Amino acid sequence: MQAFAALFAELDATTRTRVKLDAMKDYFEQVEPTDGAWAVYVLTGRRMKRLIGARKLRDWLGEASGLPDWLVEETYQHVGDLAETVSLLMDDGEDRPAVEGSLAEWVEQGVLALRGLDEVDQKARVLGHWRRLPRSACFLYNKLLTGSLRVGVSRGLVERALAELSDRPRALIARRLMGEFEPSADFYRHLLSEERREERDGQPYPFFLASPLESEPHGLGPLTDWQAEWKWDGIRAQLIARPADAEPNQVWLWSRGEEPMAGRFPEVEAAAGALPEVVLDGELVAWKDGVLPFSEMQRRIQRKKIGDKLLREVPVVFLAYDLLEYRGRDWRSRPLSERRVALEALIADTDAPALKLSPTVVADDWPALAALRENSREHRVEGLMLKRADSPYRSGRVRGDWWKWKLDPLTLDAVLLYAQPGHGRRANLYTDYTLAVPDGDTYVPIAKAYSGLTDKEIGQLDRWIRRNTVEKFGPVRSLRPHHVFEIAFEGIQPSSRHKSGIALRFPRIARWRQDLTPDQADSLTQVKELLNAFGS
Amino acid sequence: MTKDQSTPPLIVPTDQGLYCAAGDFHIDPWRPVPRAVLTHAHADHARAGSQRYFAQADGVPLLRHRLGNQDFEPLDYGERRRFGAVRVSLHSAGHVLGSSQVRVEHDDGRVWLFTGDFKRDADPTCAPFEVVPCDTLITEATFALPCYRWPPVERVGERIHQWWSGHPDRPCILFAYALGKAQRVLAALAAHTDRTVHLHGAMVPLTELYRRAGVTMLPTEPVSALPRGHDFSGALILAPPSAAGSPWMRRFKSASTGFASGWMRIRGNRRRRGYDYGFELSDHADWSALLRTVRDCGARTVLTTHGRSDELVRYLNEVEGVDARALSTLYGGEDD
Ligand SMILES: [Zn+2]
Repeated sequence: MQAFAALFAELDATTRTRVKLDAMKDYFEQVEPTDGAWAVYVLTGRRMKRLIGARKLRDWLGEASGLPDWLVEETYQHVGDLAETVSLLMDDGEDRPAVEGSLAEWVEQGVLALRGLDEVDQKARVLGHWRRLPRSACFLYNKLLTGSLRVGVSRGLVERALAELSDRPRALIARRLMGEFEPSADFYRHLLSEERREERDGQPYPFFLASPLESEPHGLGPLTDWQAEWKWDGIRAQLIARPADAEPNQVWLWSRGEEPMAGRFPEVEAAAGALPEVVLDGELVAWKDGVLPFSEMQRRIQRKKIGDKLLREVPVVFLAYDLLEYRGRDWRSRPLSERRVALEALIADTDAPALKLSPTVVADDWPALAALRENSREHRVEGLMLKRADSPYRSGRVRGDWWKWKLDPLTLDAVLLYAQPGHGRRANLYTDYTLAVPDGDTYVPIAKAYSGLTDKEIGQLDRWIRRNTVEKFGPVRSLRPHHVFEIAFEGIQPSSRHKSGIALRFPRIARWRQDLTPDQADSLTQVKELLNAFGS
Repeated sequence: MTKDQSTPPLIVPTDQGLYCAAGDFHIDPWRPVPRAVLTHAHADHARAGSQRYFAQADGVPLLRHRLGNQDFEPLDYGERRRFGAVRVSLHSAGHVLGSSQVRVEHDDGRVWLFTGDFKRDADPTCAPFEVVPCDTLITEATFALPCYRWPPVERVGERIHQWWSGHPDRPCILFAYALGKAQRVLAALAAHTDRTVHLHGAMVPLTELYRRAGVTMLPTEPVSALPRGHDFSGALILAPPSAAGSPWMRRFKSASTGFASGWMRIRGNRRRRGYDYGFELSDHADWSALLRTVRDCGARTVLTTHGRSDELVRYLNEVEGVDARALSTLYGGEDD
């Protein structure tokens, strides 16, 4: 773990991308594959299931440090990070010998092996480590124990470091890192190995994400350089169809959150059975002679098994808007205009009602397009997408080629951090939420919102809240960052009264983004960009 | 204890600062008063405009530099002065050069002690902290949480030196308070090297005053003595925190930055302030030094000033069995 602690210190001590990349490359170059796998796992923000609750760790810390519980609590509030608080309070000023054992040994024996033990033995082990480990290693150990390690490297940066080191395309590394993986030596060797043909089967490409347009669009140049489409209020998805030994195709459907959605949208999977070998990007929406409100779609999302009745009531279609692979060839570097022509032909040849083309929106000039955008609500869409006609299909959020030009209200995706019970009818349910956005290592509250959810969702969330409380302050519960909600609001302004420096006007929950994880929420920096663009 | 209840307190907070009515003087007043006793030259303790100042002799040159020409009366540590019904003496606080605790002994036998800012860690740039027995202790509480425990200064000096020698291709800018901290860094680094350190203008006269007081430090050179366009790669530059982000920084291309402060013990503090490196070096008492001082002084009553004192007060009452209360003053936000 010594080498990983040194890497952590280097990453933590710089804001320079190049320095971070070189530090990671140096580390990955000399590391044993098992350690490399765990380092990738941790650095890309994956977390192990929490074996010991934060509450319990704080109790143990009181005992181990000899301090009263209230003082441990105050200190934790001051430090703001439990793993760090442990490392500081267990520092008795003595020099401790450097830590032995690899990162993998620490994860497997120091953390995962606690699983089979009863509480007495768990405590004895953990306290033993706290008393022996030097401060920086103690901090890392507790980070592994309590969840994720945010260290100021994005997943993209880890991918870049691995790509540079192995001399493989970054997209290949990114694809191999999608979804869940088992952090083993074999995985690590495979991660850096040459691409194999069969590997591509079923794996999605990294999504190209649009950035919010923060100024008037005529700054983008002539409209003829751009392709406009509706911005659908559905579920972004990648549809992969590959020929199987017997007809029909084998089909995979992936959400933007890299969740496989097999079996959730049978009508779409069936429709894709007759396609040639393709990978499509598009949106899943509920559809009956036109798009249905998102609340209808939600009825489908919440079910893992879909009955015939629901299939009839809420049919779902895939609105295709991009073609990433065509007849087995990667088309992502070709210009959008060329991909679009092929996509239109492809959909026209496919006689399946559950596969539709997401139409382009055509206007003579920007003002005319802006006028169409004003009608977005009538079309039950969120606004327009602007895509540069000659753009390749990039991976991740790269600014410049794809913009989402949403209609008001403004929205952002925030993470549920605190909850408290409502009033009256809902006094026994947690319905008042504090939502926060990630800012480096922490979350900063951005808005309080009273539920805009259905009773069923409230009940579901209420049960989750009770099971996932980190701590209680009177009626308020602080929660493990997990659920993401889209909040809609009427205005944004600077505020010295709020820690975030920002106040939102009339914030409300627009919807539960079960397709997003907390690290996909908007960051405080992005919120500040919104403030700059729309602040009054 | 009954004495404190029956007689008025010897020192009380007022709009001007801490005030001793029995001796008619103020300690570290922030507004002009007739008679001021100063603990040290940091800006939130030493303000100009009072009629007469009493301070420890080593600190007077620093006070003159900061406050200009005022009427100073230098005292030695331990030297007693009678003011009305009390005798006042200054005792080393170990905070910065010439820093004092103020002992006030009433003719009725009561002894009160104000620590001012103090620390108990080794520091070759000033006299070590002196334990002064008292009945009532007024203590600072800048770092009054158990997460604050300072590593030995030698180890911090070593880390700063590693950082400096590990960046031969970039300037290393270390932010540190101009009075006390900068000189302590220069003294700690002398164990590792004899290279010259470059100073921001604000530190030049203060460092010179420390040299004149006989403090051994690395050789220094003002940044301003070097021609425009000078290549600072591999150099260590000391600057006050206020210089961070100022146009002055433009001289130093792609610098690595560090901050020497007790606050740097917390990772989030360093990251929020945007320094590349944090070095835990404080001129204040850490948690254990605060508790040790309360015990060593034998005080039955403890009053706290500065910063977050609620936890210290509660801990002293509940765990140490000492009668403790927070005293509201306007100090704070200062150094470290
Ligand atoms: Zn001071």
